[in-house]
Amino acid sequence: MMLSAADWMSVVDWSRAQFAMTAIYHWLFVPLTLGLGFIVAIMETIYYRTGDEFWKRTTKFWMRLFGVNFAIGVATGIILEFEFGTNWSNYSHFVGDIFGAPLAIEGIMAFFLESTFIAVMFFGWNKVSKGFHLTATWLTAVGASLSALWILVANAWMQYPVGMTFNVETARNEMTSFWDVLFSPVAMNKFFHTVTSSYMLAAVFVVGISAWFLLRGRERQMARRSMAVASVFGLVFALVAAATGDGSGVQIARTQPMKLAAMEALYHGQKGAPLTVISVLKPEAERAAEEKAGWLNIEIPRMLSLMSYRDVDAYVAGINDLVNGNPERGMISTQEKIERGRVAIGELARYRQAKQAGDREAMREVLAKFDPQTPEGKAFHKEYFRYFGYGYLSSPDEVVPNVPLVYYSFRVMVGAGVFFILSFLFTLWLLKKGRIESRRWWLWVLLWSIPLAYVASQAGWIVAELGRQPWTIQDLLPTVAAVSRIDSTSVMVTFFLFVALFTTLLVAEVMIMRRQILNGPEDLSPEAGTATSSAGDKTNANE
Amino acid sequence: MDTYVLLQHYWWFLISLLGGLLVFLLFVQGGQGMLYTVGKSGMERDMIVNALGRKWETTFTTLVTFGGAFFASFPLFYSTSFGGAFYVWMLILLVFVIQAVAYEFRRKADNFLGEKTYEWFLMINGVLGALLLGVAVGTLFTGANFTVNRLNLANVGGDTTISQWTTPWRGLDALADYRNWALGLAVLFLSRVLGAQYFLNTIDDKSIRTRSRRQLWFNGVPFVLCFLLFLVSILLSDGWAVDPATGTISVEPYKYWHNLLAMPLLFAALTAGVLAVLTGIVRDLRKESSTQGIWWSGSGTVVTVVCLFLLAGYNDTAYYPSLSDMQSSLTIYNSSSSEFTLTAMSIVSVLIPFVVAYIWYAWRAMNRRKITREEIASADEHLY
Repeated sequence: MMLSAADWMSVVDWSRAQFAMTAIYHWLFVPLTLGLGFIVAIMETIYYRTGDEFWKRTTKFWMRLFGVNFAIGVATGIILEFEFGTNWSNYSHFVGDIFGAPLAIEGIMAFFLESTFIAVMFFGWNKVSKGFHLTATWLTAVGASLSALWILVANAWMQYPVGMTFNVETARNEMTSFWDVLFSPVAMNKFFHTVTSSYMLAAVFVVGISAWFLLRGRERQMARRSMAVASVFGLVFALVAAATGDGSGVQIARTQPMKLAAMEALYHGQKGAPLTVISVLKPEAERAAEEKAGWLNIEIPRMLSLMSYRDVDAYVAGINDLVNGNPERGMISTQEKIERGRVAIGELARYRQAKQAGDREAMREVLAKFDPQTPEGKAFHKEYFRYFGYGYLSSPDEVVPNVPLVYYSFRVMVGAGVFFILSFLFTLWLLKKGRIESRRWWLWVLLWSIPLAYVASQAGWIVAELGRQPWTIQDLLPTVAAVSRIDSTSVMVTFFLFVALFTTLLVAEVMIMRRQILNGPEDLSPEAGTATSSAGDKTNANE
Repeated sequence: MDTYVLLQHYWWFLISLLGGLLVFLLFVQGGQGMLYTVGKSGMERDMIVNALGRKWETTFTTLVTFGGAFFASFPLFYSTSFGGAFYVWMLILLVFVIQAVAYEFRRKADNFLGEKTYEWFLMINGVLGALLLGVAVGTLFTGANFTVNRLNLANVGGDTTISQWTTPWRGLDALADYRNWALGLAVLFLSRVLGAQYFLNTIDDKSIRTRSRRQLWFNGVPFVLCFLLFLVSILLSDGWAVDPATGTISVEPYKYWHNLLAMPLLFAALTAGVLAVLTGIVRDLRKESSTQGIWWSGSGTVVTVVCLFLLAGYNDTAYYPSLSDMQSSLTIYNSSSSEFTLTAMSIVSVLIPFVVAYIWYAWRAMNRRKITREEIASADEHLY
């Protein structure tokens, strides 16, 4: 099927848009599921140990919100899995040997755990023993986080491909070490950072909703106690998220220097680079040309060097260095990388020719170059193959991601994270002093922290994923060579179809959640449901 | 048989097994499709939704795992079929997305779209989900219009896509082959048979039982007809055979029939599977008190579907024949993951019996009590 060059680019863009849109919607639901699962498990454990009906009622209330949220998370997740194939068919082939394994293990180990025990958790209250039920609740939570582990291992591999060799015959990367893939430092760090920040989001959610109950003077005991459980939970994991976030900085500096430069809008590399707390970015041309990329810079001297290399004097590469090269620092230009990448791809073409001609000698030569076990293969890998993906780029500036988006997203994520740590501490202090209900302004702050947590969580993914553009696999496969050969109209149609569907379902989800919260921890069986919802309406009318 | 070939066969078997389990679990879809035919009142529909609602996630998870396992073990199929038959897969996804929210949202206050809409979602998924999956699996026998050239990756600045579809229909072309329809309809009617049997087994209610039993007739007969049509037409069709030594693919008349003869164990299992499905239907139809037919029909379904998949992929057969370029056809040899990956995953697959065991344990714990009007009316249960 023939596509014009313009249409081809538009397929890439629409496919990116479609994947990004699905991922954004998916991530609206996943973090809450991850964290709330553990929070209800903790609450149910208290019920199990004390036998206090209050805790059962409290557990059930939060569990109901978990259920509403879980369903739509599942709905958006299945699309992501299949979109690897539908929209990124070359990508699926190129990495399937590595990427598929974690995905399959995720299905076998985690999804079934989650989906089996979630049914016990919701429907088993009067069917199974208290101990079995509690176990089911914990297993559901563990299953959810295990799912996250495997998919994040796969994602980390895309950011930092390890444990594989390129097979010329099959034209794909093949796994040579499962442990290298699973325990890659990037994978471990990414997993802990992502799940702990999700636990934090769920804690912000529980604290915020509890604050709302206190503002209304309803369910005060439930609200105070939920707030206490969630604040401790949130504080612990917010601190872990901060530590792992710091760890990511170190890894990005080594594995994705362009992402780091974009996060900091650092155009000119320097020794002892300062960390910009915040600034207003200048227009692109000025950013790249002038010494400072922003106006009104608030900086911490040498901090960026310290954070990324653990050394106050370390050199941090800038965008210009990475694009134009910096011979003093031994950095080659992107143009050079493009040419080397083409040499590597050229060897593939040579192999094809040799194969067609039946030239076994030439075939052997190419195979030797791609074999990392031989000295020749090692050299070829170091000089050429590591730039393989660059060969598909047509101009050097394609390696620069959208700087303002990455730059500001990063600041939103970090700023919100710091704020949440302080907020959990302050809330705990107020709870301890018994003053939480008299600080109404703070309760409002807590309530309005909920959307902030979602924005921060999305911002984190924007940094991670937009920051690595144009790579689907870092340095090995850019989006332009990864996409399926579909006409852009088809992708556009499905894009809008899913936008409409997801938006409708999101509206439904938010409305249901709101109603469940307004109703409070009352029983909601069908008949009782109508009764309480009219009761809820009455409460509203009174307010 | 060398290890790599053995692993390829092992993983094709696991894919077949997941496929078999998936088709059995489509009783959820079958049941959804009969929401209004079996459930005449709101109460009855609530009972049905709650009976199915405890199982839908297992079906859904099996579908996701089926996809994940296919990706992991035969990535070239994933990139060829999904990226090529774009419309069909997107349509399948769409009908599963609307299902996933329907159970939880249906009876919730302020659900925005209203109870009826979510019930429509369930029915659309119930009919189209089963039908389209059947049609898609049909193409493993009837083939599709694609080409595969791995070294397209070398075309810098040109057409780098490895797997390409050669028609603008992007998978809808499967609907032009009556054999795909036959399998799609067979899966649809079978899912409804299993759905009715599941109701008999799980819901303790006279009117639902009477109507479910009637549905066994209405769906059992067309299932048998469609299935036989599919099976006979496939056994009479040409198949694509691969020479494992050279990888060359050629047409072989009566290939699937030959496969049955070459694998007598498979022949026997297929026959037993089909008979078990029929036995289950007949048992539930003959005796008023029978509620256990689903175990016969269910296990028969798993065995039958596994055999169909093995028929498509074993005995040096191309399991995804290309109608555009014969040599592009996919076989378990040319489309699998590397030996290393298959080995690593095989080690993980040891966990499968354990997974099946806990699912079984949890199901039994949950299904000990039948669903009744009283339970649905009681206030202290979480309900859909």
